Amino acid sequence: MTESFTPPPVATIRAVAPTAPILQIDELLNDRSIRVIVCCGAGGVGKTTAAAALALRAAENGRKAVVLTIDPARRLAQSLGLQALDNEPREVTGLVGEGSLHAMMLDMKRTFDEMVEAHADREKADTILHNPFYQALSSSFAGTQEYMAMEKLGQLRAASESGQGWDLIVVDTPPSRSALDFLDAPKRLGSFLDGRFIRILLMPARIGGKAYTRALSLGMGVFSSVLGKVLGASVLTDLQIFVAAFETLFGGFRERADKTYRTLQGADTRFLVVAAPERDALREASYFVERLAEEKMPLAGLVLNRVQAARLPSLSAGAALAAAQRLAPEQGTPTFNLLLLHADRSALADRQRELAKRFTTAHPGVPVMTVGALATDVHDLAGLRRIGEMMSGREEVDQPT
Amino acid sequence: MGTNRRIDVSPEVRLHVVSGKGGTGKTTVAAALALGLAARGKKVLLLEVEGRQGLAPLFDAASLSYSETRVALTPAGGEVHAVAVDVEQALLEYLEMFYNLRRAGSALRRMGAIDFATTVAPGLRDVLLTGKAIEAVKRMKDGHPVFDAVVLDAPPTGRVTRFLNVSSDVAGIARVGPIRAHADSVMGVLRSPRTAVHLVALLEEMPVQETLDAIESLREVDLPVGSIIVNMIRRPLLTDTELAAARLGVLDHDQVTEQLLQVLPPHTQPAAVVASALLAEAADHAMRVEQEDDQRLLLGRSGRPTVELPFLSSGIDLGALYELGELLCGSDD
Repeated sequence: MTESFTPPPVATIRAVAPTAPILQIDELLNDRSIRVIVCCGAGGVGKTTAAAALALRAAENGRKAVVLTIDPARRLAQSLGLQALDNEPREVTGLVGEGSLHAMMLDMKRTFDEMVEAHADREKADTILHNPFYQALSSSFAGTQEYMAMEKLGQLRAASESGQGWDLIVVDTPPSRSALDFLDAPKRLGSFLDGRFIRILLMPARIGGKAYTRALSLGMGVFSSVLGKVLGASVLTDLQIFVAAFETLFGGFRERADKTYRTLQGADTRFLVVAAPERDALREASYFVERLAEEKMPLAGLVLNRVQAARLPSLSAGAALAAAQRLAPEQGTPTFNLLLLHADRSALADRQRELAKRFTTAHPGVPVMTVGALATDVHDLAGLRRIGEMMSGREEVDQPT
Repeated sequence: MGTNRRIDVSPEVRLHVVSGKGGTGKTTVAAALALGLAARGKKVLLLEVEGRQGLAPLFDAASLSYSETRVALTPAGGEVHAVAVDVEQALLEYLEMFYNLRRAGSALRRMGAIDFATTVAPGLRDVLLTGKAIEAVKRMKDGHPVFDAVVLDAPPTGRVTRFLNVSSDVAGIARVGPIRAHADSVMGVLRSPRTAVHLVALLEEMPVQETLDAIESLREVDLPVGSIIVNMIRRPLLTDTELAAARLGVLDHDQVTEQLLQVLPPHTQPAAVVASALLAEAADHAMRVEQEDDQRLLLGRSGRPTVELPFLSSGIDLGALYELGELLCGSDD
């Protein structure tokens, strides 16, 4: 056995997208005029971890940060000291520096319940909260989570604007079937509220509106014959009670959703798209970049996460394989396998670089920062801190410890 | 062990539901499973329910519609038909099939009723989507089932139990009535041995944890868990001895340097520097392999059979799907 060796200085992996401007994470985090950072991207790319790492780094750079996570992995939640899903920001301890960090997990149902309670008198709130349709709507994942994430963001903003709260809100977005759902949620709510059907449903409550009489008889005829048959008559009653009770709240909800949506276009907000260097994730990232531009929402850049680090870029996959072949008669020593391993890693790094280049070709103005793949998952603040360092370009490749 | 088994492809299992955490490749696995069954001569229907059009590119189709389209014909005479189930269409079909109400259904759609009903009652949406899969399972022609098997590319693990547990969701809304009866009949098939819910995982901490959580929640509501499919496995490139040495940092640096001196092309960095980098890569690799082994053990403790699929560096095309399909289902024997 030999004595231990010192690994060579690690090569930079910033060159992954050579023509892309570099995303300067620290400039973003230290810019006091930026008060909201939204992390978005496809599921499974490390978005929640990235959001937590950004908030921690901002806090340790002196900001009063809060991170809203949607569905964090158990150990990530533990690393932030979040044991329970209680829908309130909790202070994270163990930070270095002057700033502070609060973290919370979104409780979709409780957020919805609180919104109802805040907008309706007690009796009406009770009617709504106990209605089976409300219960189905508020605890389902389809769309409600996105909308409640927006609502919670609105609340956090309001708290921070009151001056006592935070000066930076970092938001994780829900693991949607498509990353775009987050942007569409308030609009979907809007079109839902404007639907003709909802107005027809509400009519029995205001019979006498002459203009509606024809529509009413036509609508209710079809309505009762079909939905009554399909759902059963008691369901119809529940549905009407729900809609009638909800009606007065709709306006308020809608206004809030619109307002939150507009604040996302503001000068104090930045979006970060998180992607893994894989075709599907980058395709999703592309859509998102285009969508944000269309919606006039300010994009800070792309965090390309979990990139294969090249420790020895000067030895190509091909050269390593050729060298291994020259060694072939001497199998049994580790050198042969080490060269194959290097060839494999280099080939993967090459493919990822190619994918990143294509993204940059399509979106040349989008700043990019690459983050190396960690050998282990994040379990504690130290792990989050390291990801923050990698994101800011302070540490570029994972080192085995 | 439990590894390297096949998925249960016996004819009794008529509905294969495939779920997995985002990014684990569940759609690819669902397509490969359908093709693997077809390669054994079966006629298979493959359903997508999330409107993502994730299946179409795998079969070189521009997009899938609500009408069933044949996307593959195998040498064994099997077929894969694919369909993107749309909730509105499913409701219209349901109205027509059970109440002969297609035209009234169209009127409801124009009023936004269907959009409304499926938004305000998500359980209704799910029962329509799963109901479509069950309808395909039960569909008969000339006294024989039309499809030997149905493969459903289901929502991700975080949502799959709720998605499949339709009768409890609908029960919250409708205690009695036709839609409740429909949900109960759908549930009857989902809970029977005719169904298997397969979960796709990667050997990483989060996907494994989500898989274990999903198994637990599926079992709680008596939904039948099938196999765990561990996707994108990369075989260790070092021997066990080398991995152990790499982990401890005791691979022989001098020996590697010496051998590299003889084989490295000219103008590369000094052999000792290259050797150090290779050893550091080996240590990374060893750490990852060790972590994967831990995750494999965790999955094994669930007691479910596990099938491992390799990472295919050249990407996924039809040939790759056949290859994965054979690993999932075995070759025709």
